[in-house]
Amino acid sequence: MEALSLPAALELVAGGGAGLSPERRAALAVSLPLVQRDYRFERVWFWGCIQGVRGAYYIAEGLGPDRAAPRSRLYSLNCVDWSLLTPATKEMLALAEEVKGRFQGDPSFEYNLAEINSEAAARLVEGGKEPVMKEEARLIATIEQIDRAVGIVPRGAFVKTPLGSVHENRHFEGLSLVEAKKLSSYFHFTDPVNLKNKTLLEKADLDPSTDFLDSLEHDIPRGSWSMQLEKGGTVVVLRSLLWLGLTFYHVPMTKQFGYVYFGTGEKNLDLPFML
Amino acid sequence: MDDQPPALDPPQEPESAEPQDAHGRGHGPYQPHEPGYGLDQPGYNPYEDEVPDPQTRMLAIKNAKAYLLKTSTKSGLNLYDHFANILTKVLDEQPTNTVDIIENISKDVKWAQFRKKMDTLRDEPLISPTFEAAEKCKALFVKEFGDEHEGVEEEMGQPTLPNVMEAAFYFEQAGIGLNKDESYYIFLALKNLINVQPIQTCRFWGKILGLEMNYIIAEVQLREGEGEEEEETGEEGEGTTAEGEKETGEAGEDEEKEAEPPKSTYKPPPPIPKEPNGTGTNKYVYFVCNGPGKPWVKLPPVTPAQIVCARKIKKFFTGWLDAPIVSFPPFPGNEANYLRAQIARISAGTHVSPTGFYQFAEEEEEEEEGADTYEENPEFEPPPVAEMVESLATWAHHVKGILKQGRCVWINPVQKSEENEEEDDEEEEEEEEEEQQEERGPPLLTLISEDEGMKDIPAWSTQASTNLIPEYSVAILQSNRWPGAYAFASGGKFENIYFGWGHKYSPESYTPELPPPAEAEFPSGPEITETVDPTVEEEMAFKIAQEEALAEAEEEEDEEGEDD
Repeated sequence: MEALSLPAALELVAGGGAGLSPERRAALAVSLPLVQRDYRFERVWFWGCIQGVRGAYYIAEGLGPDRAAPRSRLYSLNCVDWSLLTPATKEMLALAEEVKGRFQGDPSFEYNLAEINSEAAARLVEGGKEPVMKEEARLIATIEQIDRAVGIVPRGAFVKTPLGSVHENRHFEGLSLVEAKKLSSYFHFTDPVNLKNKTLLEKADLDPSTDFLDSLEHDIPRGSWSMQLEKGGTVVVLRSLLWLGLTFYHVPMTKQFGYVYFGTGEKNLDLPFML
Repeated sequence: MDDQPPALDPPQEPESAEPQDAHGRGHGPYQPHEPGYGLDQPGYNPYEDEVPDPQTRMLAIKNAKAYLLKTSTKSGLNLYDHFANILTKVLDEQPTNTVDIIENISKDVKWAQFRKKMDTLRDEPLISPTFEAAEKCKALFVKEFGDEHEGVEEEMGQPTLPNVMEAAFYFEQAGIGLNKDESYYIFLALKNLINVQPIQTCRFWGKILGLEMNYIIAEVQLREGEGEEEEETGEEGEGTTAEGEKETGEAGEDEEKEAEPPKSTYKPPPPIPKEPNGTGTNKYVYFVCNGPGKPWVKLPPVTPAQIVCARKIKKFFTGWLDAPIVSFPPFPGNEANYLRAQIARISAGTHVSPTGFYQFAEEEEEEEEGADTYEENPEFEPPPVAEMVESLATWAHHVKGILKQGRCVWINPVQKSEENEEEDDEEEEEEEEEEQQEERGPPLLTLISEDEGMKDIPAWSTQASTNLIPEYSVAILQSNRWPGAYAFASGGKFENIYFGWGHKYSPESYTPELPPPAEAEFPSGPEITETVDPTVEEEMAFKIAQEEALAEAEEEEDEEGEDD
């Protein structure tokens, strides 16, 4: 969610019971503008909080002029001092899939891969590295996975210019109430996967400036999003069931929207049994 | 229009065809080979000499205007008004490069005609859901006039309304909780609940999220004598069904006297009776609603079978209390029962209080049965917050744990079978075979430091709400076994709450229970074991042997006869 609209946004996602304490809120209001200044970001988003056993990681993302470019991520343990995280690599993503369980809360903690998956450990040893995975790498990979899988925005909020870069749509007035109740009005804010598989007939209806992302309609498994109208129908809240803790909110007919993650950072692999 | 030469009377024609415009519009300049070449020059028009009378001209203008005002049969619009609207719009908005977008402007003006008619139809249904919900929430704010009189005559049984806002404030220090508006609505909804139901104590238990709707749960203790009606009807219901089954059993026996398949000797294990209201898992009664302002529904008491089954399945709540739970093993009940079972498990696993806050009523009895009651310790001194954060021994469970059987107090299920008068002998044999071990759970008021962790994750995580201002910080406890269960303690105050999806955490993925192994059909004995049929030679040999035996017997008889 936008750092500037943090207080109002936190009120809207508090339906799940997770939020930030006044101390953290105050710290964020102070430190995020400084992060924006220091790293020269155009926008700073507060991504959320991953709860570890002994501590929590607070994550922020910074965006440059092209909103669809890979985002820079920062983490903090106390919402005051932020450290930049390196971009995620494929190896990190592959290793993170193997490591299961809670985050510990200590960024330098090392997961012993030999216990978890001896093959991966063997590969690493061959490559000359130790068969461990640092929690920081796991954090990077988890954030990337969550963003790719369930980071969503409403349709029409972002436009793609003919040059390829993506900007916020200044003429976005919000989804209407009817549109807001449909899953097809929300897009994954990541590189599209299914777009090219659409039939020509469907593509004819699309507007290439706004429909350049995958919609939520065809997410597998069906029903992995829980949509509710809260606060008497004024806020549409979408909660992901695949990554429990990701909450997206949008106030129809206004420009307010955003998503935030408050959770343990574990994928819900039991989802098909639970539906 | 075309009978007047363009060059002669330019101002009189609405759509002037001046030579320059003709060029701009693409009709000119006419090339030498095209018909009409030179006609736009003065003096070359064939009808130049004929200047019409002024009256005829006026008539022509009126005809033209009448033609423009003719309404279209298809759409009901006329050209005159349409042009007037277009020109009004263009002059109002003054867009750049109007001539390039004139067709679009025309289309927009026509479209605007349609929108007006449908506006009144569209507005109403969109707004009503919001307004309905707002009406319901507004109803919460109405203060009943009867309250003032009742408040004066305070009796002993005055129900205590929990201070939801105070607990919300402390939890907010840890970043847990709903937003203030929702907490206040819940506060008012609890107040309504107390006014309607005969409640002794009440507490906001927490919120469980569902797919379509959420549940807000209140934990109450009803006043004595109020909850017993339901229990009686439940027992009566069971009695009638048992009698009904016996009748149908007898009728079945009468009908099938001819060829009865072997009756199975399987007797299902007797159902474990649920704990009586007011004790164990049914100590509290729970009311749920889908949102503040919606009506409160009482959840039925929980049975051990439901708890045992709930441990084996993992399902999301949909938000509808009467939704069926489709699962394996099949859950005995609908979503209301599953919700109640999960609430019981969460309460038993995560409700804690500072050690020493509660003490046993009578310290002499150390048996489990006597340890069901506890009371507040008047001499409790709260330890400092730093100590509460560091050591888990400062917290203790004040709800009894649930045994594997599904109850808090173990009961021997075989005792119940005394009611059946048939086949006592077999039952005695079964008792010897299946001696169930009496289960003992941890006694009440155990410290939570004795809770086992999973793999390398401790069962509880503690933190102080703030490290910057330690003198006002609050000790926060988070459960790792039930993510979403929190407790806080500050000074002498403490509270438990749950915000989550209602499932237990397990490091391994959920695996559904396997179906039971296929049962044996019937015991195998010599009459049904297969043997190879005797061959013809064997049969002949057998026949010969039999005949020889007969012949020998006859000879012996003959001999005996001869002797006589």
